[in-house]
Amino acid sequence: MLGVYNPARARLKLLLTFGGLAVLAAAIWWGNANLSSYNLRILNLAGINAILAVSMNLIFGFTGLFSLGHAGFMAVGAYTCALLTLPVATKDSIFLLAPLAWPFSVITLPPIAAVVCAGATAGLMAYLTGFPVLRLRGDYLGIATLGFAEIIRVVANNIPSITNGALGLKGIPSFASNLWWTWGCVGITVFVISRLVNSVYGRSLLAVREDEVAAEIMGVNRTYHKTVAYVIGSFFAGVGGALMGSLVTTIDPKTFGFTLTFNILIIVVAGGLGSITGSVLTSVIYTVLLEALRPIEASWRIGPLRVPEIPGLRMVVFSLVLLVIILFYQRGLFGGREFSWDRVLDWIDRRRSRKQGVRA
Amino acid sequence: MKEPKELSVRGLTMRFGGLTAVRDFELELARGELVGLIGPNGAGKTTVFNVVTGVYRPTAGSVSAAGVDITGWRPDRVCRQGIARTFQNIRLMKSLSVLDNVIVGHRLRLKSSLPAAILRTPGYVKEEQSMARECLELLDALGLVRYANAPAGGLPYGEQRRVEVARALATRPRVLLLDEPAAGMNPSESMALCQFIQRVRSDFDLTVLLIEHDMSVVMGICERITVLDHGETIASGEPADIQANQRVIEAYLGVGFKNVAAH
Amino acid sequence: MTWAVFAQNIVNGISLGSLYALVAIGYTMVYGILRLINFAHSDVFMLGAYMLFYIDFMFRLPWWLTFVLAAVLTGVLGITIERVAYRPLRQAPRISSLISAIGISFFIQNLGLVVFGGRPKPFPVPQFFSQSYMVGSVYMANISWVVPVFSGLLMLGLTMLVYRTKVGLAMRAISHDMDTSSLMSVNVDGIIAITFGVGSALAAAGGIMWALKYPQINPLMGTVPGIKAFIAAVLGGIGSIPGAMIGGMLLGMLEIMLVALMPTLSGFRDAFAYLVLIVILLARPTGLLGREFREKV
Repeated sequence: MLGVYNPARARLKLLLTFGGLAVLAAAIWWGNANLSSYNLRILNLAGINAILAVSMNLIFGFTGLFSLGHAGFMAVGAYTCALLTLPVATKDSIFLLAPLAWPFSVITLPPIAAVVCAGATAGLMAYLTGFPVLRLRGDYLGIATLGFAEIIRVVANNIPSITNGALGLKGIPSFASNLWWTWGCVGITVFVISRLVNSVYGRSLLAVREDEVAAEIMGVNRTYHKTVAYVIGSFFAGVGGALMGSLVTTIDPKTFGFTLTFNILIIVVAGGLGSITGSVLTSVIYTVLLEALRPIEASWRIGPLRVPEIPGLRMVVFSLVLLVIILFYQRGLFGGREFSWDRVLDWIDRRRSRKQGVRA
Repeated sequence: MKEPKELSVRGLTMRFGGLTAVRDFELELARGELVGLIGPNGAGKTTVFNVVTGVYRPTAGSVSAAGVDITGWRPDRVCRQGIARTFQNIRLMKSLSVLDNVIVGHRLRLKSSLPAAILRTPGYVKEEQSMARECLELLDALGLVRYANAPAGGLPYGEQRRVEVARALATRPRVLLLDEPAAGMNPSESMALCQFIQRVRSDFDLTVLLIEHDMSVVMGICERITVLDHGETIASGEPADIQANQRVIEAYLGVGFKNVAAH
Repeated sequence: MTWAVFAQNIVNGISLGSLYALVAIGYTMVYGILRLINFAHSDVFMLGAYMLFYIDFMFRLPWWLTFVLAAVLTGVLGITIERVAYRPLRQAPRISSLISAIGISFFIQNLGLVVFGGRPKPFPVPQFFSQSYMVGSVYMANISWVVPVFSGLLMLGLTMLVYRTKVGLAMRAISHDMDTSSLMSVNVDGIIAITFGVGSALAAAGGIMWALKYPQINPLMGTVPGIKAFIAAVLGGIGSIPGAMIGGMLLGMLEIMLVALMPTLSGFRDAFAYLVLIVILLARPTGLLGREFREKV
């Protein structure tokens, strides 16, 4: 959106951005040093969910492609990264069903290279599958992409020489238990995707979402743009999957069922379709809420009465909370709005002028 | 050598299953012409537009633009070849701002690559700025600049039509196809529209093909008119000839009108 | 493969296919009317089986009565779900009701885990169903013919309901155009409730018969047959009732035949269903009998 260019405000915004990043960096540095490993794990998981949600928002929220394939791309990313980071000795000890195929059997890469490879493999997979299915529309696209994700999962179950079959991979190096890793990746994801959607290319993605036919007649190559969104979104799904594998250190095909996709979808919709801010914040709220509900499962003591422990109760309450949110915030918690310094500054200006108005 | 026609449609037939929407349609537009395409509802006018712009692939026949055969091309390639259109039922990107709508039209000349756009290279930023400036100028020229940042879907109906024209013009077309631009307008609005179309044609050096039901518009500004009925071309010529053509009168008013008129 | 084994597989295929079809109808009816993928349908399927389990456990009624009661109660439950979770969202963006459906599905599954427990329960199978004998050289249990015959009867009844009654006419009218139907004094809310009731009762019947075939029930038992039935509905062209029946039969038959003809690929059985789906969608983007839509430009 174009406005009147105001150099003073532009400088202020740049300053605020750097200030904000510095505060965030300090928070990460402090958190890494002082938080318990349990709390760190929750924050890391929140970060990973944010990566997944923002990437799904690019595909669904901004481009309008109802894709339910996220879990599949996460699986591809997670397996790729795990196979590339596991030490060769560990690999030898886990692959009992069948020996690990070359070249994975001999190489170990540093985490950064492995995560990039994970994203790239997921992106490539998206490119190959997107080519046929992206011409489907609406719910048909959703079910076909869900199908691809499930096929990936079933295949993972049946190629033991690469995935170790149903036994999965254990002892994955846990570099992602570091906030720099997870939230650093959140930063990169948000940077790339917000830059993309705010560029002229992004306008074309929105145009495709709003009216495919009209966009195409205005010269927008819809297949190209859909593929771009799908591949970039899946790249980051692969990155998210890689980090998740590293965080939980154990993966098997069951980890990547379509429930995982649904969870991300819920975050994206609850945060507001087309709002990156909403996706990130809702990821944090969602992850923290899920943990915060844990105490209700514990056994209670009300006077002489003892309520026994009820495992699973938090998920019941959680789904109820979810339903209430969906029923009462139909546009999502942040309703497609984005955070911007302009918005904050305008708000401060308004407050100030109102106060002065009262005084005068 | 003779200059090739801006748009030339030859022997165009379009069948949907058993229904023939258009049969053996012929049309040639010379540079700078303003031609009307009229006919009763369901005559196949919009189908002609859809085939020309690549929405449908014709059953038979060919379409060429400035000498290039574009039959069966994808819509976005047709657009790059210099053909733009508006829609009968306005199809703006409703939640996008007016400026963004126009930028989407302008976008096909973007040279910067996707990575450049994400990295905001100086080249890209410059291109984006000049693109925004050109689009604002275009909106200004059409008297729409005050809506630039408003969501397109919230504009009054008549203004939305003009935004559609602006969006089409942003693609820098040689040929502009207008599908019932006066639909839903009152007579004074239609008059203003006529002037608008003529001005746009001369300012942007366009060739215009116009579908319209409002006869005052068609007869007022078109230099030539082609009449379709049930997919068949029943007349073609200058406005005065068309007005006097018996088949056209019958198509519009039914056989027997002659007798009524005689009384 | 001998003829006997082949015949045996045909019987199995029909049996599995008719169950898929029965559940697919529920998906397709709801989709036809609300354009909603009712992800909670597979959990309604599971609840049907539990409903029978508990009614049987508590009241020891004659089996057929238990069955009817379980189906009716599950139908009522389906109506309740629609009332609570979908009706308030009818004017909302379509994705909201989809999320609501996912939320309901999570809720039922988790509540099931808490209330019923995660451990599988043995399902009471009356002796009649498990009795088996040889027909020629084919081994048949009564359940093998009861499932397709009974599913067939239910589908016949449903077809009569949809194509021969006023309620059915109203359903078809709403699926064409809800707003116009309500202007024509069709009681939209009522008809949608009936649709959910009927669809859920069919899912319950499907769940119970599934449990008769595989007599272990658990709160997540609906997931796999549910998603398969959904695939069947999409295969057949979602929104089309005959499509759901054909899709279900086709999918059941293909699955059984894949395992029978290529036993080495049996690990890929679940992927196969999706593969069939994708291939069919690529050839016919709206399924076998789906209404082809040509967008008006």
